[in-house]
Amino acid sequence: MSDRLGVRKTYKLYLGGTFPRSESGRSYSVSGASGEFLANAALGSRKDVRDAVVAARAAFGGWSGATAYNRGQVLYRVAELLEGRRDQFAAEVATSEGLSAAEALRVVDAAVDRWVWYAGWTDKIAQVHGGANPVAGPYLNISTPEPTGVVGVVAPRESSLLGLVSVVAPAVATGNTTVVLASETRPLPAVTLAEVLATSDVPGGVINLITGRVAETAPRLASHRDVNAIDLTGAPADLATALEVAAADNLKRVLRRPPSEPDWTADPGLGRLTAYLETKTVWHPIGV
Amino acid sequence: MPFEYAPAPESRAVVDLRPSYGLFVDGEFTAGSGTFTTVNPATEEVLAEVAEAGPADVDRAVAAARRAFGPWSALPARERGKYLFRIARILQERSRELAVLESLDNGKPIRESRDVDIPLAAAYFFYYAGWADKLGYAGLGPDPRPLGVAGQVIPWNFPLLMLSWKIAPALATGNTVVLKPAETTPLTALLFAEICRQADLPPGVVNIVTGAGATGQALVSHPGIDKIAFTGSTEVGKQIARSVAGTSKKVTLELGGKAANIVFDDAPMDQAVEGIVNGIFFNQGHVCCAGSRLLVQESAYDEVLERLKRRLGTLRLGDPLDKNTDVGAINSAAQLDRIRELSDAGDAEGAERWSPPCALPDRGFWFPPTVFTGVTQAHRIAREEVFGPVLSVLTFRTPAEAVEKANNTPYGLSAGVWSDKGSRALWTASKLRAGVVWQNTFNRFDPASPFGGFKESGYGREGGRHGLEAYLDV
Repeated sequence: MSDRLGVRKTYKLYLGGTFPRSESGRSYSVSGASGEFLANAALGSRKDVRDAVVAARAAFGGWSGATAYNRGQVLYRVAELLEGRRDQFAAEVATSEGLSAAEALRVVDAAVDRWVWYAGWTDKIAQVHGGANPVAGPYLNISTPEPTGVVGVVAPRESSLLGLVSVVAPAVATGNTTVVLASETRPLPAVTLAEVLATSDVPGGVINLITGRVAETAPRLASHRDVNAIDLTGAPADLATALEVAAADNLKRVLRRPPSEPDWTADPGLGRLTAYLETKTVWHPIGV
Repeated sequence: MPFEYAPAPESRAVVDLRPSYGLFVDGEFTAGSGTFTTVNPATEEVLAEVAEAGPADVDRAVAAARRAFGPWSALPARERGKYLFRIARILQERSRELAVLESLDNGKPIRESRDVDIPLAAAYFFYYAGWADKLGYAGLGPDPRPLGVAGQVIPWNFPLLMLSWKIAPALATGNTVVLKPAETTPLTALLFAEICRQADLPPGVVNIVTGAGATGQALVSHPGIDKIAFTGSTEVGKQIARSVAGTSKKVTLELGGKAANIVFDDAPMDQAVEGIVNGIFFNQGHVCCAGSRLLVQESAYDEVLERLKRRLGTLRLGDPLDKNTDVGAINSAAQLDRIRELSDAGDAEGAERWSPPCALPDRGFWFPPTVFTGVTQAHRIAREEVFGPVLSVLTFRTPAEAVEKANNTPYGLSAGVWSDKGSRALWTASKLRAGVVWQNTFNRFDPASPFGGFKESGYGREGGRHGLEAYLDV
């Protein structure tokens, strides 16, 4: 054993491409699966949620307006950087989720592969989910999927990296921007993912990440009038119905909380891509 | 120079109105818990007495639909499709009867019910009939399953057409339905029930419960339904979205709109003026996707307004059954009050009201085609859905300003773009946050074309391959 004292990391929020502490100045203690102290993470506030929504809205025009090919390139680069930090993620997942080193590595590999899978969808989903419609008249009629807007994501509570990647990547692949509430008890891999995002080419504000008490922050996200959709996958069971009620105030698209946390290793299908897509149908007359 | 027209009324004789109608439950017409009357809005004449469904009646209907669901969903898909083809054919065979009945009950001109509503309703059944045995190829998985019993609530503006948007995809995918038509326009739905009997559709597959808001609420809050499809106001849509929280009910909502119709100075002006008129005065403006906000580029403003006013001077308002009529009756006294209230707010807030010289009939519910100029984005008539023949005119200078103003609304159902420059029209369409964008046309509908809104205009799509998803477990 070296007698060198390690340099610990300060785990902060990720808002608009920067790493602030919570504006509230608060933090909370995060423990590993076996109860040992890991870090003091930022305890995000309702104001942090609002700031994150502002950042996500500001980023929406540029990100949704980028070409699908460009978004695919940018997201693929995220996978490259994830791969480069493979060991770091594996160590954090292992301590957070109580997995063996080998199990944790498998989870990290699956998360990288999941990210690659969604990166490849950016310039294909419009062909699979849209197309020309044969209307009975002299019109060109085309349906294209467009991003819903700002998506609030209550990330899975158990699966701190693979689950997180599985809910965030599909939302941004199609051009949405996000405000993500990380797993309350296992937030550290999310913060490290934010470091990857910050050093990739994903524009600031496309993915904003808040750590803290989900019961405190999720209601703010669910009722926010400038959020267009919300994913309740990681919502506490006793809060999910109230969050869905709050989301109805501006008719957010709601992805309901599943009865139990999904098996993130299963084939995800297209559901999470299409959940935050709006079909736009354009008509144009044909004539000479 | 005004044209003189001789009256050309369509005969009412084709319709066999009964003095009273029951609920259609489990293949039979049965009594409800009360009754109400439906009137001809053009004359205020009572057309018929209609049964009102209370909670117990809704319960019966849902139970019948549940019993029918097992056998119906187990039917070979090809056979299900053939029932829908049959229904489509009967709708065509009885189209004139349906058109006259629709115009009597709704107040819309016979020209529209005859040429738009009824042919399109038949087309929706034809379209979805063909999907019934091809669902595995719809891109929704190899073997998508129906949801069960669908509770469907439809509005009064396109009664039979909205019924077809709801029932055709639900049945094609193997669901059974309980449908509530609007209380002011129940008659074509009840004639449709008769058509289901003519088609030998198994009892319970389609149930029609008539009534007002309370009946609709009893239906959508019923624990025995698996799916809600609602077309109506954004306010009620939000209530439904709240009420299903914590359940597994699947919901599609097709709600209000405040569509921008954007006219650039390089627009094909003759078509644009026709499109503006069609956009807001089609069906008396009782259209959720109506082009109620006209955005005109400043450099074309004088020309557009002059042409528009000249064209509005030729519109004929009056007897909905007259084949020359362009603008029919407002559907109800309550809706007329709403249109008057918002128009008065337009006056009070400083916009300038104009209507062509236009005599209104003495009886019935009528409102003249109306144009407000000098409208700002803050005016209520630019923000709230009037659902009547009232056009608000705003101006813009640059394409970016047009898009910003067009998107400055909580709604996002439809929009129009008029320009002969392809790149400009496509750019504008790509920036508009709306589910349907009509370029150099307006108010076109087709069963193959998905329809539905962004933002607070609702969620889910009706029509086309997309419309299947709303009724399948995917």
